[in-house]
Amino acid sequence: MAEETAPSMLHVSTSPHIRHNETVPSIMLFVIIALVPSFIASVWFFGIRSIILTLVSILFCVATEWVIVRFLLKKPSTLSDYSAILTGILLAFNLPPDLPLWMAALGGVVAIGIGKMAFGGLGNNFINPALAGRAFLLASYPAAMTTFCPTRQGSINGLAQPIDAISQATPLAAFKESLANGTFQALDFQAAIPNLLTGNVGGCIGETSAIALLIGAAILWYKRIIGFSITMTYIGVVFLLFWIFNGVTSDILSSDALIIATFQIFSGGLMLGALFMATDMVTSPITTKGRIIFGIGCGVLTFLIRKFGGYPEGVSYSILLMNLVVPLIDRYSRPRLYGKVSA
Amino acid sequence: MFGKVSFKGGVHPPHSKKQTETVAIETLPAPEKVIIPLSMHIGAPSKIAVKRGESVKIGQILAESGGFVSVPAHSSVSGKVLSIGNFPHPLGQNITAVEIENDNQDDAVATEPLDKDWREAAPGEIIQKINSSGIVGLGGASFPTHVKLSPPSDKKIDTLIINGAECEPFLTADHRVILEKTEEFLTGALILKKTLGANDGIIAIEDNKPDALALVNKTLQDSKFSALRLVTMHTKYPQGGEKQLISAATKREVPSGGLPMDVGCVVQNVGTALAVYEAVCTGTPLYQRVVTVTGPTVAKPANLLVRIGTPIRNVLEHCGVDLTKTKKLIIGGPMMGLAQPELDAPVIKSTSGLLTSMEIHPGVKSYNCISCGKCATACPINLVPSLLARYVEKDLYEDALDWNALDCMECGSCAYVCPSKINLVHFIKLGKYHINAIKKAASKKE
Repeated sequence: MAEETAPSMLHVSTSPHIRHNETVPSIMLFVIIALVPSFIASVWFFGIRSIILTLVSILFCVATEWVIVRFLLKKPSTLSDYSAILTGILLAFNLPPDLPLWMAALGGVVAIGIGKMAFGGLGNNFINPALAGRAFLLASYPAAMTTFCPTRQGSINGLAQPIDAISQATPLAAFKESLANGTFQALDFQAAIPNLLTGNVGGCIGETSAIALLIGAAILWYKRIIGFSITMTYIGVVFLLFWIFNGVTSDILSSDALIIATFQIFSGGLMLGALFMATDMVTSPITTKGRIIFGIGCGVLTFLIRKFGGYPEGVSYSILLMNLVVPLIDRYSRPRLYGKVSA
Repeated sequence: MFGKVSFKGGVHPPHSKKQTETVAIETLPAPEKVIIPLSMHIGAPSKIAVKRGESVKIGQILAESGGFVSVPAHSSVSGKVLSIGNFPHPLGQNITAVEIENDNQDDAVATEPLDKDWREAAPGEIIQKINSSGIVGLGGASFPTHVKLSPPSDKKIDTLIINGAECEPFLTADHRVILEKTEEFLTGALILKKTLGANDGIIAIEDNKPDALALVNKTLQDSKFSALRLVTMHTKYPQGGEKQLISAATKREVPSGGLPMDVGCVVQNVGTALAVYEAVCTGTPLYQRVVTVTGPTVAKPANLLVRIGTPIRNVLEHCGVDLTKTKKLIIGGPMMGLAQPELDAPVIKSTSGLLTSMEIHPGVKSYNCISCGKCATACPINLVPSLLARYVEKDLYEDALDWNALDCMECGSCAYVCPSKINLVHFIKLGKYHINAIKKAASKKE
């Protein structure tokens, strides 16, 4: 049979031949979108300063990645995966509003240069780049990194009756001091909770508004970009430990114990950390079992640092420390094989 | 009624079945020439039984069964044997096949149904008939059906499951068989159930086929089908995978490395049940099957009754496939189907669909793994595909084996969801290949 022997133009590849439309850039973009409510809140409470700080941080993160990829690695630019922009935003969110801009820029260079690109770029970094940048700044410039200004609305620690000694302290610092100098009963920590929810307290620009962070996280939960396992265990463990070991009363059914536990989960960087930093896919375990272990570890460390450590805050170091043990967690949180025959 | 059942893991790709699910089965005219390979099943190839130049009729045996795990091959046209030689096979390599020129007379050998009512026949007689009719699993794996019906005496089969999930997107061949050959395939199920001596006969269908569910439900009201029951399953891929189907329908778990018979189950595809009915009740051997032809470059998407051995080219031409726009041709569904570059390869017993695609490869741009864990969540057998791919990439085959690479059934769920667009299945297949090679070398040494 006279068969026309046109060259076959059919391609061959391994199955599957269809793919879900979710991509790495689309995930990063959704996380960025999810951070917009917090960004708006930060502008509301800290003014134009938080826009400038965020832009500087993004600029230096993006520029660092571009320079390293194009000139050191001589590879095509990786900026289109949006992960550098996300790191820039998250780093800025972890900085106090009055931080000198050159420090934010330096933080961006360290976050991307050492936290991410030194290990091979997105996917190969084992610590959260934004937190690496923050930890670097906190160790290098502890004063600047722990000096917080009041919000534009004039609130620093959200308490109704500020006492001179702790007037310039964030809610967590105020709490720690009040326990140390025995003024806890004199202060109304319950009154601070509404301010913690809206974000009308001093702190890093992106961490103060719990409501804005939760709105953003709801987007990611809906899109199934983050799960509940890390966030819920992390926040739950911090709540539980501060409820029981509140430092004020042994009666855990008393309102003081519950107020302290609630106060602890909504103050400082816990919401930002538990919703957006600990859930970073690259630096958290792969399986649900592993993520629960990771979340518990973050919670316990945060409690220990806040309770016994030198800093009032411990979220970023907790997450960084847990980042380091992720490979180990992954190794020991292997899912049960379907049809595994018990030996 | 029964609640809907499913399994753990899996993915939800778009069904993409609209094009053909309402299109009735149409008979494709027999081609001028058929190419019938001697291996269209898992197991030993068939042994040639005709000579060049010999005249053959429809249903005549061209090649005898080559062993216990083997089946004969029958002619699908009447005409003359043009040659016996190497021809392209849809699974890749060239393989010995019989080329027959169709004389268009459609002379058939006298059909011989079972010489008694199947209800009175011994299991051995039915199994013999199924074997001699060349029946293999028509869902895609093409495992000889008579072997599944002959479990070792220490394995008691209590459940027969007829697989009507058709979980692969695009494919509608089984769906149409359920709708158009309802009584026939259900009778086939009864025959299979009786042969196995099973006390439970389940017809399992996904809930994206409401018309099929309603019709089967109605038909099962008839007292002659009272031995069967309908189970509605959630639409999820790979619901039609043997292990997933058994999990969903019976809550039993097939042991790793084991077979469905280890948990008392036998799974047969809808098309296989129909073929069993036709073999036992009408004496027709398996020489044609329903094939879904669909895709964006197909002018007339269809469910075609195709003679085995029809070159793919003929089928595509009949459906008006625009080959200039087709970048890829897939045999089977998009999740597990094989990309086929050779249009002269024939339709064989396992060809459930021909799917065209305008994309060379979806998601060409790939990224580093970001450890999102979506592959592990999607894996129906709880592997960690991203880790397996990393091990294979670094030639760490022992680690891959330790993390159960050999349990992967290559369903493609992991690669489907991967946001980094890593070819996870490709890596795992490669890993399995190397692991098996290492194992082989080790056993030779001993």
